[in-house]
Amino acid sequence: MVAQRSMASTRQVYGETLVDMAEEYPDIVVLGGDLNVSVFTHLWRDQYPSRFFDFGPAEQNLIGVGAGLASSGKIPFVSTFSVFGVGRPFDQLRVLVSQPNLNLKLVCTHAGILTGEDGMSAHGIEDLALSCSLPTFTVVCPADALEAAQAVRAAASTDGPFYIRLSRAATPVVHDDSYRFTLGRAEVIRDGQDVTIIATGVMVSVSLDAADMLAQKGVSARVVNMHTLKPADEGTIIAAARETGAIVTAEEHYIHGGLGSIVSQVVGEHCPVPLAMVALQGYSESGPAEQLMVKCGLTPERVQEAAEAAIGRKAG
Amino acid sequence: MATSVGQTGQTGANGSGAMGAAQRRAIPELEAIARELRRDVVETIYAAGSGHPGGSLSELDILICLYFHAMRHNPNNPQWADRDRFILSKGHASPGLYTVLARAGYFPQEELPTFRKLDSRLQGHAHPMTPGVEMNSGSLGMGLSFALGCALAAMIDGKGSLVYALLGDGECDEGEIWEAAMAASHHQAKNLIAIVDRNRIQNDRHTDEVMTLEPLAQKWRAFGWRVMETDGHDYNALLPTINRARQRRTRPTVIIAHTIKGKGVSFMENNPGFHGRAPNKDEFEQAMKELA
Repeated sequence: MVAQRSMASTRQVYGETLVDMAEEYPDIVVLGGDLNVSVFTHLWRDQYPSRFFDFGPAEQNLIGVGAGLASSGKIPFVSTFSVFGVGRPFDQLRVLVSQPNLNLKLVCTHAGILTGEDGMSAHGIEDLALSCSLPTFTVVCPADALEAAQAVRAAASTDGPFYIRLSRAATPVVHDDSYRFTLGRAEVIRDGQDVTIIATGVMVSVSLDAADMLAQKGVSARVVNMHTLKPADEGTIIAAARETGAIVTAEEHYIHGGLGSIVSQVVGEHCPVPLAMVALQGYSESGPAEQLMVKCGLTPERVQEAAEAAIGRKAG
Repeated sequence: MATSVGQTGQTGANGSGAMGAAQRRAIPELEAIARELRRDVVETIYAAGSGHPGGSLSELDILICLYFHAMRHNPNNPQWADRDRFILSKGHASPGLYTVLARAGYFPQEELPTFRKLDSRLQGHAHPMTPGVEMNSGSLGMGLSFALGCALAAMIDGKGSLVYALLGDGECDEGEIWEAAMAASHHQAKNLIAIVDRNRIQNDRHTDEVMTLEPLAQKWRAFGWRVMETDGHDYNALLPTINRARQRRTRPTVIIAHTIKGKGVSFMENNPGFHGRAPNKDEFEQAMKELA
C-alpha cells in the first residue's frame, strides 16, 4: 500500500551543492561551528579553505561574524544543527541579520524529531516558528534531497536572509529529476477534490502515502508541498480551501507557530473551511527516528484520520 | 571621490564637506571639534527627551580621533568598498556617533534634532539606515563579532582596510564578546582594532558593583590580543595610541580607553543616573553653560 521510495540525505546534498556553486559564486564563504562533518560543509572546507571559517560551538559569534561578512558583500552560508543555529543565536539573527535585511544564508540540519537518539534537547521542533517570526527572512523546508539542492541554489541567487531546514536522517525522495523548484510557489504534488493535505518537509512523503490510503477508500486527496513557509503561497492555500473544502496540515514541527499556524491564518482570513493539524504536540524523547515518528503520530494513518475528520466537518 | 592615506581631503566651508582620513587633523582642531560636538550631543538628547548622554560623552573623543584623523573614509560615498569601518557595538550611545557623522558630512547637522522622532533616519539605537552607520545595534555584545566578519572579508579580498569596534565596558559582561575575542585571535584578524570605552559605569551602577571586569587587560592578553591602555579624553595620549594601534599589527589590537562617563558636564560625570536619561530643562541649561 505505501509507496516504496528511494532515500537520500538532504544534508549531504547540501554540502555537495555548495561545492558545485563555488566557482559560480566567488562571494560565497562558508561558516561552521564545529559540526562541519555532520552538516557536510567539510566538503567545502577541504576544497576552499580560504573561504571557510570555523568558530567552534559559539553560535552567537557565528551569526555575528556572518552578518559582518554579508555587510561587506560576501554571501555567507552558515551551518550547524537547527537547535544551535536558530534558537541559541536568535537575537543575533533578529538584530544583526533580519532587521538590516542582510544577505546571510542559515542552513541547518538535524531539525525535528528525525534527529532521533540524541533526544529532546537536540530536536529542533521550534525552528520554523522562530525563523518565520523574523520579518525579512525567507524560510524553506525542502521535501527531499532533490528539492534541497535547488532550494540552496535559490538561496544563493536571491538577495536577503534565508533559513533552510534540513534533516539528520535520509528521507524519501518524492520528486524525479525533472522537478523544478520555484521559491515561494507551493507545489501541487498530487491533485484531488475532496480534501487537501498541505505538508512540508518529510511529511510530504507521509502525506502522499496517506493520499494513497484515502484513495483506497474512494477519497480524492490533493497533496500540496509547502516547501516555502515564508513567504507562504497564499494563492495555492486559498485555492485548496475553495476547491476541496477541507484542509489538513502535516509537519514535523511543534503545532504552534509552524505550517499549521501559517495555513490556519490564511484559511481563516480568506476562506474558512474545516481544518485539522498533524504536528508535534510537545517534546519527544530519545529513540530511532522512524519509531519516534510513529510514537508522535506523524504517520500516514494519522494524516488519513485527520483528513476524514476534516471532511466529516464540511457543511451540508 | 574616495580619499586615502597620502591624499588631501577637501573640506567644506564649515568643515562638514568631504573629508578623507588623509587630512589627519591636528590635535588643536580635534579639541575644537570636541567642544562643538559635546554641545551637539547634549542638545540632541535634550531635543529627543530621551537617550544616553553618559556613554555618548565618554566615547566622543575616541570617535573624533577616528573620524577626523585615523580612518580612511568618505562621507560623500559611505559605501566606498575600501573604507575603514567603524562598528558602534554600544549602540545606545548613538548620539555620539550621529553628531560625529553629521559633522564629518554624512548627513546634514540640521537632522540631529529628529533623533528618536517619527520618520527620522536617526534611530534610538544606531541602524544602517543612517548614512555612515555600518551595523544595527541595541542588543549588547554583538559588535565585535560583526567587526570580525568585516575584517575577515577585507582579509579575503586582500584589502588593507582596518575595522574599528567600540565596545562598552559593561558590554564586556556579554559572553559573545569573548567568543569573538577568541575567534579574532584564532583567525589572525590583525586588521581588527577594538576600543573599550572604560567609563566604569553601566546601566544600573558602577561596573565594579555589577560585575567585576578586572583584570581586563590581562583577559584580553590571555585571549591573544595586543593590549594598549590610554586616557580616553587627553588627545595627546589618545591619538598617539590609536596611531600606534594602526601600525605593526601582527594580531588583533584592543585599546582600553579610560574615560569619564558624562565627560564635560559636571553633574553627569561619573553619575550612573545619566547613563540613560535626558537632562531636564534646568539641567540642559546648566550643561550648555558649562560647555559654552
